Amino acid sequence: MSERLIQLLTEAKRTNQPGRLTEIIPYARFMGLSMRHVAGELLGQLTYSDMLIGNPALPALHGGTIGALLESTAIFQILWEAETIVLPKTIDITVDYLRSGRPVDTWAKGILTRQGRRVANVRVEAWQEDRTRPIAIAHAHFLILPGEAGEGETA
Amino acid sequence: MARLAQLNRHFHQAVPHNRALGLEMVELSDGSARMRLPYSADLVGNPDTGVLHGGAITSLMDACCGAAVFMKLIMPVPIATLDLRIDYLRPADPGRDVLAHATCFRLTRNVAFVRGIAYVDDEADPVAAAAGAFMLATSLGPAATPRSQP
Repeated sequence: MSERLIQLLTEAKRTNQPGRLTEIIPYARFMGLSMRHVAGELLGQLTYSDMLIGNPALPALHGGTIGALLESTAIFQILWEAETIVLPKTIDITVDYLRSGRPVDTWAKGILTRQGRRVANVRVEAWQEDRTRPIAIAHAHFLILPGEAGEGETA
Repeated sequence: MARLAQLNRHFHQAVPHNRALGLEMVELSDGSARMRLPYSADLVGNPDTGVLHGGAITSLMDACCGAAVFMKLIMPVPIATLDLRIDYLRPADPGRDVLAHATCFRLTRNVAFVRGIAYVDDEADPVAAAAGAFMLATSLGPAATPRSQP
C-alpha cells in the first residue's frame, strides 16, 4: 500500500469517516459504492442507478453489482478492524443469491468471522428495505500479509 | 459474425450493466460463451497499481456463465443465479482487457452447472476461476426466482 493510501486510511479511521476510503477507488465511484456509519455500524451502500440493472424486465440488479457490494464491504470491514495496515487481497468469494435485487439502494454488513495471521474469513449480508430479508449472502477469504505483494486480486 | 454483432446489440440493449462495463460477446458455441471486459480506468480497484476491481470480474463471470447456460438450453427460459464462487488466482494485468470463457457442463430439469475462467492472454494462465449454479424456470413458473437474467 502506498504512503498516500496509508495516510488516507489512518486519517479516515481517526476522523471516523469511512466514506473517505471509497472516494479514492475509481470502481467504487463508478458504481456508487460507499461505506458509512449508521447507528454505530459500518455498512456498505450501493446507491441505485439505472446502469446497475441486469434484467430490465423485472427489473433486477445485475448479480455482479451485488457481488461487488459484498466483496467491497468485506474488504472495508477488514481495513477498518485490522490493527496493522494491510490491503486485503481476495482469495475467493462465494455469493448465494436469495432474492432478486430491486431497483433501490442496497446495504451490506460484513462480519470478520476469523482473523488469522495470514487469512481473514468474512461473512457479508446484503439487503434492501428489510434487513430481515437479505437478497444475498457471501463468505470470502482474504490474504492479509502486511507489506507483501502476494497472489490474488486487490480491492 | 453478423449474428454475433446482432447478439451483442441485444445483449447491450437488454442489460444496462453489461453496457456500462462495455462487456462484449466474443464467441458463442454449444454450451459455452466467451466474453471480453475492456480495461477502463473507471473499473480500477487499486489506485496504486491500476488493477481492476474484483467486482468487475464478478460481473464479467456472472454474465459469461449465464450466457453459457443459454447456449446449452434447447428452448430459452429465464434463469436465475443460485450461487457463484470466484477464486482470484492472480491480479489482472493493469491496462489489459480481461476475457472470460465459461462452459455449462451439466444441465438438469431444474439446475444448470457452470464453470468458467477469466484470463488476459493465455487461458492456461487464468486470473480467476468461477463455479456457478443457475436455476431454470419451469412450466410451473419462474424457478424460485432469486434473480432472473434476461
